[in-house]
Amino acid sequence: MEWQFFVELVTNGMLTGLMYALVAVGFVLIYKSTDAINFAQGEFCMIAAIVVAGAIKLYGFPVWVAIGTGLLFMLVFNWGLERVVLRPMIGRPVVAIIMATIGLALMFRGLGPLVFGAETRPIPLPIPDQPIIWGPFFMAPIDVLGAVISIGFMAVFGWFFMKSRKGVAMRAVADSHQVSMAMGINVERYFVLAWMLAGFVALLGGLVWGSAIGVDTQLAALGLKVFPVVILGGLDSIVGVIVGGIIVGVVEAISAGYIDPFVGGGTKDFTPYVLMILVLMVRPYGIFGKPIIERI
Amino acid sequence: MTNTAGSGGSVKLKIQGVAKSFGGVRAVTEVSADVQEGEIFAIIGPNGAGKTTLLNMISGFYHPDEGSLMFENHDISNMRPADIAALGVARTFQNIALFRGMTVLENMMLGRHVLMKTGVLSAFLYWGPAQREEIAHRERVEEIIEFLNLTDLRKTPTGSLAYGLQKRVELGRALAAEPRLLLLDEPMAGMNQEEKEDMVRYVLDVNQEWGTTIALIEHDMGVVMDISDHVAVLDMGAKISQGTPDEVRADPKVIEAYLGTTDHKEVA
Repeated sequence: MEWQFFVELVTNGMLTGLMYALVAVGFVLIYKSTDAINFAQGEFCMIAAIVVAGAIKLYGFPVWVAIGTGLLFMLVFNWGLERVVLRPMIGRPVVAIIMATIGLALMFRGLGPLVFGAETRPIPLPIPDQPIIWGPFFMAPIDVLGAVISIGFMAVFGWFFMKSRKGVAMRAVADSHQVSMAMGINVERYFVLAWMLAGFVALLGGLVWGSAIGVDTQLAALGLKVFPVVILGGLDSIVGVIVGGIIVGVVEAISAGYIDPFVGGGTKDFTPYVLMILVLMVRPYGIFGKPIIERI
Repeated sequence: MTNTAGSGGSVKLKIQGVAKSFGGVRAVTEVSADVQEGEIFAIIGPNGAGKTTLLNMISGFYHPDEGSLMFENHDISNMRPADIAALGVARTFQNIALFRGMTVLENMMLGRHVLMKTGVLSAFLYWGPAQREEIAHRERVEEIIEFLNLTDLRKTPTGSLAYGLQKRVELGRALAAEPRLLLLDEPMAGMNQEEKEDMVRYVLDVNQEWGTTIALIEHDMGVVMDISDHVAVLDMGAKISQGTPDEVRADPKVIEAYLGTTDHKEVA
């Protein structure tokens, strides 16, 4: 029985980890194109989920229409955010942009419940409630769906980024704004594209996490929760986000399964951060991040 | 029309009394010059003479405080870099500015960005018009790669190439934009003799075979005198001399500017 318990922990840890990766990739998107860390990514997920759940609950929209509404909302919302708040900050110190995103995050956390109400709402995706049992594996359907969506998004986004012309141009912008400009690349357009993509992936994250744990301001805490994922994987690596997510998910599951019974619970909330600090001490740029060699 | 060297050709780039200060430092003062269609025009001068500032104004990274810059019939004085690039001005950088993680081919395809039309959504769909456009551009880029003898290195990440080759890829990336004005910021800086000779040959070939107008900044006066049709000499932000290489070489002000600094060994 002992090994089955272990297999179950690892499987579920991996599924949860892939769902973390879906939130974490939002950070990577923004960091790769603008060099800034967007601390509001968790709030984006929350807003997306609130809009979808609210459309179902308050207006009686069918699930798919509600998801469509959420998508449209996030694209317009992030487009507007970039134009109004972030565009004027291009060229300012990165710290200023980071502080602005922290401000935005706290604002959204306060405004969300004010507009849509503070109660916890469900997102009833049309999937079964019964766990999937497959040999020794014992999985929640929403976790499986979340993991599948996560892998699917990474594959499509990875292709876009590595192979498509717009993706290559986006990498060029991330590499050097100045040189990209000399190449005739409209840098601002790619910033908007990055923020809109971050809005899109926030909708996916909000959907799977909202279905898994319910929709309220707690969802915003995801942003901080996935921080070890981003740092472990390296801020600029898509593969890193997947691996980082899986590591964090598994570490959480194992500490919940093996350490919590002895200390009375709660270790899974901080073990990922312990791991993050340990990794940072050895590789300050994450497991998959680019080491930046600076001449002093 | 390979080389209209001066007389007869129309003015490609008209620099009229441009000035630029940073804080209290006057980097460029009252510089005027005409770059003729189809020529190689060199801007030379000691360190800190304002050469790169002038080039950065032409490509739109800085805007002149005074004066104006006309490219063909467009006033580009206050245009943004991407818009100037779209008009047909391409450049290289003094410190190699390749996208190091990308291959030679990817870098050059990016150089062609200004000529590509399809939008974001169609780029997501690889087939259809986007693919046809991609193939046409790819063919042209392959020609440039062949012209620069980089065929074997097409798929190599540029970060792993030797210095001279990186400079050559950067030239190729600028050429990929099919520029009507090519700006080269110290194309031979830091090269050994053999690499320099290669680069000189490519620059001359581009000018003669494709008729591309070239404005270049260079420190190495020997090279400049050999390949340029006209030379402007900057010192302390001001233009102190201009003319054919022979005229400039004989100008006492030029000799003094160079001898007055530690660069006198470079006078050819």
